[in-house]
Amino acid sequence: MAETAKKENKITLTKSDRWKVCWRSTFLQGSWNYERMQNGGFAYSMIPALRKLYPNKDDMKSALKRHLEFFNTHPYLTSPILGVTLALEEDRANGADVDNQTINGVKVGMMGPLAGVGDPVFWYTVRPIIGSLGASLALSGNVLGPILFFVLWNVIRIAFLWYTQEMGYKAGTKITEDASGGLLQKITRGASMMGMFVIGALIERWVSINFKPVVSKVPLSKGAYIDWNAIPSGAQGIHKVLTEWNMGNGLALDKVKETTLQNNLDSLIPGLAALLLTFLCMWLLKKKVSPIVIIIAIFIVGIAGHVVGLF
Amino acid sequence: MNAIQMILVVIVAFLAGMEGILDQFQFHQPLVACTLIGLVTGNLTLGVMLGGSLQMIALGWANIGAAVAPDAALASVASAIILVQGGQGQKGIGTAIGIAIPLAVAGLFLTMLVRTISVAIVHIMDKKAEEGNWRAIDLWQYIALALQGLRIAIPAALLLAIPASLVRQGLEAMPQWLNDGMTIGGGMVVAVGYAMVINMMANREVWPFFAIGFCLAAIKELTLIALGGIGLSMALMYLALEGSGKNNGGNGDNSGSGDPLGDILDDY
Repeated sequence: MAETAKKENKITLTKSDRWKVCWRSTFLQGSWNYERMQNGGFAYSMIPALRKLYPNKDDMKSALKRHLEFFNTHPYLTSPILGVTLALEEDRANGADVDNQTINGVKVGMMGPLAGVGDPVFWYTVRPIIGSLGASLALSGNVLGPILFFVLWNVIRIAFLWYTQEMGYKAGTKITEDASGGLLQKITRGASMMGMFVIGALIERWVSINFKPVVSKVPLSKGAYIDWNAIPSGAQGIHKVLTEWNMGNGLALDKVKETTLQNNLDSLIPGLAALLLTFLCMWLLKKKVSPIVIIIAIFIVGIAGHVVGLF
Repeated sequence: MNAIQMILVVIVAFLAGMEGILDQFQFHQPLVACTLIGLVTGNLTLGVMLGGSLQMIALGWANIGAAVAPDAALASVASAIILVQGGQGQKGIGTAIGIAIPLAVAGLFLTMLVRTISVAIVHIMDKKAEEGNWRAIDLWQYIALALQGLRIAIPAALLLAIPASLVRQGLEAMPQWLNDGMTIGGGMVVAVGYAMVINMMANREVWPFFAIGFCLAAIKELTLIALGGIGLSMALMYLALEGSGKNNGGNGDNSGSGDPLGDILDDY
């Protein structure tokens, strides 16, 4: 194969070569297509390394063709695969017996299990957590919210891309032996646990449903509510009312205690309505109803419900 | 909005479009895209607030498997432009989001279109590989990426081309009940994203974590960071206890230490 490269002038990929590949992997999905998915991006990412390893044009041709085969995994988990592929290509360029099948076998063998790690960890755990952290700051107009989200996410992402690629490069093929079990599986499970915990909390905090209908009206006994006739006017009166009201812990504001449907639901457990709505959405999604249809239906229900006084 | 601001908005839209497919820097996430559009049009605070509200809805949106999520990039960019052009300030956030959702659906068709065009592009790459022409492969990678950018930049430019007064009139013509209803719908629609996440991750092992998270969230003193800390600790404890159970001769679980990757990680 690479007859020109003998032991004495061994071609090695420097750190800067590897960094170029890592940077290019940022654009992995640029040519994502329905036929071979991330193939164009994978070949594009490998180019700096291939140019160095295969100065011979024929070798370069077959290398480019080799990496235009079908490829698809989580965009960030491509990094360890790139690392291993770099190690294999380097061995091959230096005369080792590594054929096309080995390289493609390693790529295909790793992409399945690694995609399974990336989705729960990045899309369903890290992004919802950092995103909701940033969003909760941003809701009050605090510009730190978006900055925090952007910086934190990208620091985690770039560190992950670089270190897992290096890990793959140093481990060579050893990493595949582990891809189907062990540590990866543990990370995925741990991330799912934490993700579910946070999602549970977010549903309580951020799904807002407020049922307006009044369930019961109970007249309060005298002395349980503020006697507005006995309140002096002016600042003194405001002071007296606020003291008696005591942030809702003291006297009631009105003679009649109104209990809305929302109050009843919240006294069972706060956020119950939000939880039930989420379960309904889950059920609909399982029935293969498109999320877009559900979203539009919720808007219609929200508007219609508001008009008839439900919300 | 003056010409320079419009150009900057289109550039932000282009970035958001590219990121919508790359999913790396997160320029397509509402929190970032709306903030940037707010920044370049001189409505920073408004953009940040819109971004926060829309981010809550889009938290669980991710394209995985058969589930196709609405397009966050077009939703963010379009709603931010409408909010700025409408000139209603904070009052307009609910409406802007309500309008953004159907546009997020439209964005989906555009991304499908570009992904189909990319099939032709990788066939060109095949030919160039045959010639060993790596420069051409680079070029076509950038062209494909630029198409994804244009997917959002062109609709953004079209929205900008509509006179602000027309947007304003349209928004003002909307009755109050419709505005309020959209805001209420926006509060509920957040559940869809969470439901997608749960459907993807839920199994018997993780449901208790969900229940604890839901119950603890009612304690308002616990910030999100505090809740994250509790969740992380519990997950670590669970995995650690499971491992120790196995060492004491517990029932056979094939996960655990002794894996080569773990050794590599330790070397770092």
